[in-house]
Amino acid sequence: MTEFLQSTFLGAELGWFVGTLALILLIALPLMLAVAMIIYVDRKIWAAMALRRGPNVVGPFGLLQSFADGLKVFLQETIIPSGANKGLFLIAPIITFTVALLAWAVIPFGEDMVLANINIGLLYILAISSLGVYGVVIAGWASNSKYPFFSAMRAAAQMISYEVSIGFILISVVLFAGTFNLSDIVLSQEGHIFGIVNAYGLNPLLFPMAVVFLIASMAETARHPFDLTEAESELVAGYQTEYSSMSFALFWLGEYANILLMCALNAILFWGGWLPPLDVDWIPWFDIPGIFWLFGKMFFFFFIFSWVMATVPRYRYDQLMRLGWKIFLPLSLLWVFLVSGYVMIDKFGLPL
Amino acid sequence: MQIFAFYLFASVVLASGAFCIFARNPVHSVLWLILAFFNAAGLMVLIGAEFIAALLVIVYVGAVAVLFLFVVMMLDIDFAELRAGFMKHLPLGLLLALVLVVEIIFGVGAWQSSGMGEATAAVGPPAGAPSNIEQLGALLYTKYVFLFEAAGLILLVAMVGAIVLTHRTRGGVRKQNIADQVARRPEDATRNTQPEVGKGVEL
Repeated sequence: MTEFLQSTFLGAELGWFVGTLALILLIALPLMLAVAMIIYVDRKIWAAMALRRGPNVVGPFGLLQSFADGLKVFLQETIIPSGANKGLFLIAPIITFTVALLAWAVIPFGEDMVLANINIGLLYILAISSLGVYGVVIAGWASNSKYPFFSAMRAAAQMISYEVSIGFILISVVLFAGTFNLSDIVLSQEGHIFGIVNAYGLNPLLFPMAVVFLIASMAETARHPFDLTEAESELVAGYQTEYSSMSFALFWLGEYANILLMCALNAILFWGGWLPPLDVDWIPWFDIPGIFWLFGKMFFFFFIFSWVMATVPRYRYDQLMRLGWKIFLPLSLLWVFLVSGYVMIDKFGLPL
Repeated sequence: MQIFAFYLFASVVLASGAFCIFARNPVHSVLWLILAFFNAAGLMVLIGAEFIAALLVIVYVGAVAVLFLFVVMMLDIDFAELRAGFMKHLPLGLLLALVLVVEIIFGVGAWQSSGMGEATAAVGPPAGAPSNIEQLGALLYTKYVFLFEAAGLILLVAMVGAIVLTHRTRGGVRKQNIADQVARRPEDATRNTQPEVGKGVEL
């Protein structure tokens, strides 16, 4: 599309600009739609596990519930507390939302279906996800209120703790794939196990890392059972306490966009991304566009996120820190050693 | 496009650096500093050092500045005292700034007179060159391996030192032992008794 626009009257520079802008919208708008629907799905799954009906009034099967909620929130008054730091108070949800969208630039939805196929895709993801904490921290501080502030402190500590082990997990995947480029990571999983299974996750050396990454991604997105930042029994609503109307909605959209991103990362890094599960030709799997495989895997992981939310009780704060620093960090560090040792032996043979 | 991006990033870096110094609220200062880091990363991308840019964002913006913010937000700040400190340290600050400006002038002068300006006129790595990460890795683990290890050792010593200095054993705390809790069975915690009528239970 970019090349096509560059070849028209727009010329190279402007064509590139317009084409990229169109592609960004092509990702961002369906993403917003997906977030609206995934909130509905989340509530439905949660309700089903609690033997309730969930949203079922607005539209067929309650499908339009999220849009009704969005409209309601849009029509509300934006309340800014008089003691709040006004500029930062308004910027915080915008930061959360923007950062949640930024990371999608490097996610490959299929072969060559990626906005920016950059060499350091995984580092870019890591960098952007480390920015995500600022929205929460600024919101908590700018609210000038005790509970949001506690929540901001918790969020800062929690995200830093889990980012460390996520970094090491990503390193072990990178060592196996030999590249930081997300598309190449997916391609290197093709027929990874006995030339049949398209997934790093089933490799016995990487399976523990896949599990740890799934748990750490729940902690990184402050999702149940690690939602200490908005533990309603302790902190009212956490950093969102003072927010209303659209600024509140932006937090919600950003949060769910982040969750979807983490589901996509789980699928891409460990479970073959857009590739079908098995690398065999006699099943017409490759005829299905890869994007559907990616969406299916993302939905599977989202189901796990939802399932965990409905069944697992919340962690206590010290338990959360213990899990991050005393279990995940040593484990992932050990695995970096194991994986790099295996890769060395695999490439250069035993040093005898 | 590149020129535009360069001037955008560079001017934002300068402006946010200035705001970082002149902001009245320390939290605002830290936030301006973060903006400066972020735009500096943008400048790194422009000269083709995308790995350095990613590291700048991950390490400085993602970890160091968060901890800065964490500490500054929790401080009890006396603004009047802070302003007084600003005036008191102004001469020293100006002296430092002067030294830095002179150094930059000398550096640029030496660079121009040595003829390196022409050699590095082409900005960015040539197309088809191995990626940033490969080149950096190849250098770090071969030519500079001892310096690299020494830097790692210094960081380790600093980390252990910080932990030793701040760690203290507190009395009177009951720590949670997860392994004990998991290993605990119903038989350890409960017992069934059938007390006779009129008799209590020994606890």
